[in-house]
Amino acid sequence: MSSHLETNVLPPSRQRELPGQTRKWVGHSMKRVEDRRFLLGKGQYIDDHAVPNMAHAATVRSPHAHARIISIDTSKAKALPGVIGVYTGTDLATVVDPCPSFASPPVTQRAIAIDKVRHVGEVVVAIVAVDRYIAEDAADLVEVEYEVLPANVDIEATLEATGDSVIHPADREGNKAHDESFKFGPVDEDFARADHIVRRRLRWKRSGAQPIETCGCISDYSVVDGGYTIHCNTNFSNFIPFVIAGSLRISPTVLRMQPIATGGSFGSKVFIHKIVILTSGLSRLAGQPVKYIEDRLEHFTNSDSHGSDRLYDAELALAKDGTMLSLRFDVIDDYGAYLQFGVGTHGNAMSQVTGPYRIGSFGMRVRAALTNKCQQGPYRGFGAEVTNWVLERLVDAAAEELGMDTVGLRLQNMIQPDQFPYMIPTGNIYDSGNFQEVYKQADELIGLAAWRKKAADLRAQGRCVGVGVATCQERSVYSPTEWWSLNNLAAPGFALSSTPEGISLRIDPVGKIFATLHSVFIGNSPETIVTQVLAEQFTVDPSDIVVSYSDTHSGFNGVGPQGSRFTAMITGACVSASYKIQTKLKRLAGHLLEAAEGDLELRDGAVTVKGTDRKISIGDVAMQASFFRLNFPDTPDFDSGLETTAVYDHPISTLPHPERKHLGVFYPMVGHICHIAVVEVDPQTGKVAILDYAAVHDNGTIMNPMTLEGQVLGGTANGIGSTLTEEFIYDDQGQFVNANFGEFAMSSAWEMPANLKIGHVETPSPYTEYGVKGGGEGGRLGAPSALSSAIDDALQRYGVKVEQIPVRPSTLRAMIRASGK
Amino acid sequence: MTTHAITITVNGRKREATVPARMLLSDCLRHTLGLPGTHVGCEHGVCGACTVMMDGRTVRSCLTFAVQADGSELTTIEGLANQSQLHPIQEAFWEEHGLQCGFCTPGMLMAAKELLSANPNPSDDEIREAISGNLCRCTGYTQIINAVRSAAAKLRAAVPTLAT
Repeated sequence: MSSHLETNVLPPSRQRELPGQTRKWVGHSMKRVEDRRFLLGKGQYIDDHAVPNMAHAATVRSPHAHARIISIDTSKAKALPGVIGVYTGTDLATVVDPCPSFASPPVTQRAIAIDKVRHVGEVVVAIVAVDRYIAEDAADLVEVEYEVLPANVDIEATLEATGDSVIHPADREGNKAHDESFKFGPVDEDFARADHIVRRRLRWKRSGAQPIETCGCISDYSVVDGGYTIHCNTNFSNFIPFVIAGSLRISPTVLRMQPIATGGSFGSKVFIHKIVILTSGLSRLAGQPVKYIEDRLEHFTNSDSHGSDRLYDAELALAKDGTMLSLRFDVIDDYGAYLQFGVGTHGNAMSQVTGPYRIGSFGMRVRAALTNKCQQGPYRGFGAEVTNWVLERLVDAAAEELGMDTVGLRLQNMIQPDQFPYMIPTGNIYDSGNFQEVYKQADELIGLAAWRKKAADLRAQGRCVGVGVATCQERSVYSPTEWWSLNNLAAPGFALSSTPEGISLRIDPVGKIFATLHSVFIGNSPETIVTQVLAEQFTVDPSDIVVSYSDTHSGFNGVGPQGSRFTAMITGACVSASYKIQTKLKRLAGHLLEAAEGDLELRDGAVTVKGTDRKISIGDVAMQASFFRLNFPDTPDFDSGLETTAVYDHPISTLPHPERKHLGVFYPMVGHICHIAVVEVDPQTGKVAILDYAAVHDNGTIMNPMTLEGQVLGGTANGIGSTLTEEFIYDDQGQFVNANFGEFAMSSAWEMPANLKIGHVETPSPYTEYGVKGGGEGGRLGAPSALSSAIDDALQRYGVKVEQIPVRPSTLRAMIRASGK
Repeated sequence: MTTHAITITVNGRKREATVPARMLLSDCLRHTLGLPGTHVGCEHGVCGACTVMMDGRTVRSCLTFAVQADGSELTTIEGLANQSQLHPIQEAFWEEHGLQCGFCTPGMLMAAKELLSANPNPSDDEIREAISGNLCRCTGYTQIINAVRSAAAKLRAAVPTLAT
C-alpha cells in the first residue's frame, strides 16, 4: 500500500447480524409484497393523483439550442377561454429563486429561462389552465422572438468558445466549468518505470434512463402558512425538501412532500428539481394547485438526468510481464448547459477506478464542458459505468499489444481473496471479494473455451463471431463524500454531508408489526426486504408485517434508493429498530412470565423462556403493552407502547485527506461481476446479435435471490442498450433529433439475449448486517465492456475496435466500411 | 368546443361520458372514467403502457380517440382480476417477478392476455413477438417471458380438456 494512504485508517466493523447463519426469511426468494397493487392497476403513481381544484400546466419550450429571447407575446394565450395564467421566467422569478446547484462556482439555472435559452427544450413560458388540452392549445398561441446564437455541440470545441458562444457569460468567461487534476500515489514514478504504456482515446456518448413513466408534480401553495404540499415522483422525498426549500423561499418545515411510487427511475428521478420549482411557483402565481406531468418529448429534452457524455485520453502503464502499475487519464465531460452536481459523477467513479486489479497509483485531470444540451443527472452507474468501460478497453488493448491472453492478463493482476479489505489508490476500500471465483463460474457457465474455438472456426468460415470477457467492480452503499471530494478545493460547492437511513416501527395491540419507511418505492423491493428482515428478527410470518411510507412531516433521515444503497441501509435500520423494540418486549414479557429478561428469546412469534415451553406471544405482550398498563410496575421503563425509531449510519466511511492525497473510504461495499458475451456482427448492416451471454455477480449475502436476479437482468438490459442502440443524438445545430421512443431505439424483448445465463457468488461484506451488498447497477456496469470486447473479436478481419459507444448499427457499419477491408 | 356523448362498456359495466372529439381514450379512461390503471408512457404509440382490449383486440389507448370507442367493449387492467382474486396471468407475473416498477405492467398483461387467448401454448419466440411492442425498462424482459410461459401453463391446466 502506497504511503499516501497511511492516514486512511479503517474503523472497526459495526456488523451485528453475522453472515453465514441459517435464516428462515433472509436469503430466500419471496414474492414481493409490493406487487398486488401494481398488478391490479392500483399503483397510485404521480399522474393517478388529483387534489381538489387542481389546474394543469403545459410549457412552451425553446426550439433553439442557444438564443437570446428578444420578446414574448402571451396576449393570445391569455385570452383563450379556460386559461388561468401564462407565466414567463420573469414572472416565476417573483416567487421562486434559481435551482439548487452544487457546482463551484455555481451555474445559474432557472425552472423557466430568463433572457436566454441554452438548450432545445428549455422552458420559456408556462401556462396554467383548467385542463391540459387547453394549456397545450395556449402554448401554441405564445409568440416568442429569438436571436439565435452559435450552438456549442462538440465536446472539445466548446472549451475554446468565446463571445456569443459563451453559455453563461454572467457566471464565467468560457464554457469550461471545472478543471481539476488529482494524483493518488506515485503516478509519475510508476509511468516512468513502466516497460509499456497503452494509450487509447475513448468516447462514451450520451444516453439516459428514460423510464416508462416521466417525471411529474402536483404542488399546492398554502396561503395559511406560506408553504407547499407537493406530490412528486422524486426518489429523494425526505431529502430534497431541505435543498429545494431555499429555491422556494420557504422553510422546509412548511414543505410537505408526499411519498409517491415511482414508475421507474434508474437514477433519473433521484433529484427532480426543475419541475418541483416550476410547479410550485405556478401554484403560487395561479393561486390554486397545479399539476404538471412531463410528456415524453419534455422528458427527453428537458429532464434533469441525461447520462455521462465523456471523452477520455487514457493510459495504462505496465511492466513487460503484464503487471499493471498505474492508470491515468484526461477526461472531458459534456455536462450540457448546466452543472447541477458538479463533477460528482467522476467522484463516484473514483470508488473503483482501478477495477479489480492491483494498480498502485492513479491520476486524472477532469474538465467539465458546458454545451447547449440538456443537463446531466444520475443514470444507473452514475459515471462509474464509464470508467469500468475505459479500464476494460485499456486492458484488452494491453493484452493485444503485449501479445497476452485477455483473460490471463486479467487474472494475473487481480486482487487475491486474502487481500481484503483492499484499499485502492484513491483511498476507497473493497470490503471483500473473490474475483477469481466469479470469473471461474462465468467461464464454466458459458463454456468459454468451447465458444472461443467455435468463434474462431466460424470466423475462418467468414462469419464475424467473437467472444468478450469483462471483469468489473460494482460499488454499492455510498457515503456522499463522492459528491464533493473532487469539488473545487478552495471553495467547495457544498459541505461534507452524510446519508443515514431511518425507519419507524411499532407493534399494534394484536401484534402486527407496522414499519414506516422514509424513502419511496422506485421499482426496487423496499417493502419486501423490510418484511423479510422483520420476519427474521421477530420470528413472525411475513403476513404479520405492514409497510407504509411517510411524508416529510412524519418522516426523517430518509435518503432513498440510489447508489445501490437502500437494501443495505434499510436492513441496518431494521436491525437497530428491532433490537430496541425487542428489549422492551422482553422486559414486559419477563414481568408477565416472571422470568429474567436475559433468559428470554424470540421463537415462532412468541417470547419464550429459553430451554422451556413457557412463552407468551408477541401479540399478547403487545395487547398488554397497549391497554393494560396497570398490569406492570409503576416505573417509566414499563410505560405503554411498543414503538421506536432507528437511524442507521453508513457502516464504514472515513474522511478524505485534506489535500486530497486520497478521498477516504466512501463506497466500500464493492461487488464484483464477470460478463462474458458472444456476438455475431452482420458486416453489411452493422447489427450485433448476441448469441450467448453469461453474467455472474457477487453482491455479498443475497437477501432475495429472485429480486436480485431482476436487478441483474434489468441492469444488463440497460447496458446492452447503452452499448448497441441507445444514444441521445444532437446534430451540429444542437437539435435533439431522436427525442422519441420510436427513434431512440430502447431495447425491446428482441434485443435481449434469449439465453442469458445468470450466476451468483456470495462473498459477504464484513461491515453490513447479514453481509449484504447493493446490487442495483451491476448489469450496466459490466455489459458495455463485455460487448465491446466481443465486437472487437468478431471484427478482427476488419481491424475494427470499439473506441466509442454506443456502436449503433449505422455507426458500426460505417467503421467496417472505413476499414477498407 | 363540440362534445360527444359516448357509451362504452368498460370491464362489463356500461359507462356514459360526454367528451371532446379530440380526447384520447387513455385520458378518458384515466381522468373521466376514473380508471387510472391504464398508464401513459410516451403518447406516441411506441411503449405500449396504455394498451387496453377493445372488442377482444389490443389497442393503444393513447392513439385512439375516446369517440372511436363509442359502443365498444373495453377491458382494462382494472377488469382483469375477479375482485381481489388475481387472474392467472397476474398470478404468474407475481410469482415470476415479471414486474419491478409496475408501470408497463398493465399493458404487458393486456398483450399477454391477447396472445394467450389466441395461442394457449406459445413458444418463447411467440411470446417475445407478442410483447415486443411493449417496452419495459426494469426487467430486461426475461422474467416477463417466464411469466407469460407460466401463465400459459396455468390457463391450460385450468381448462378441462374434452378427454377428462
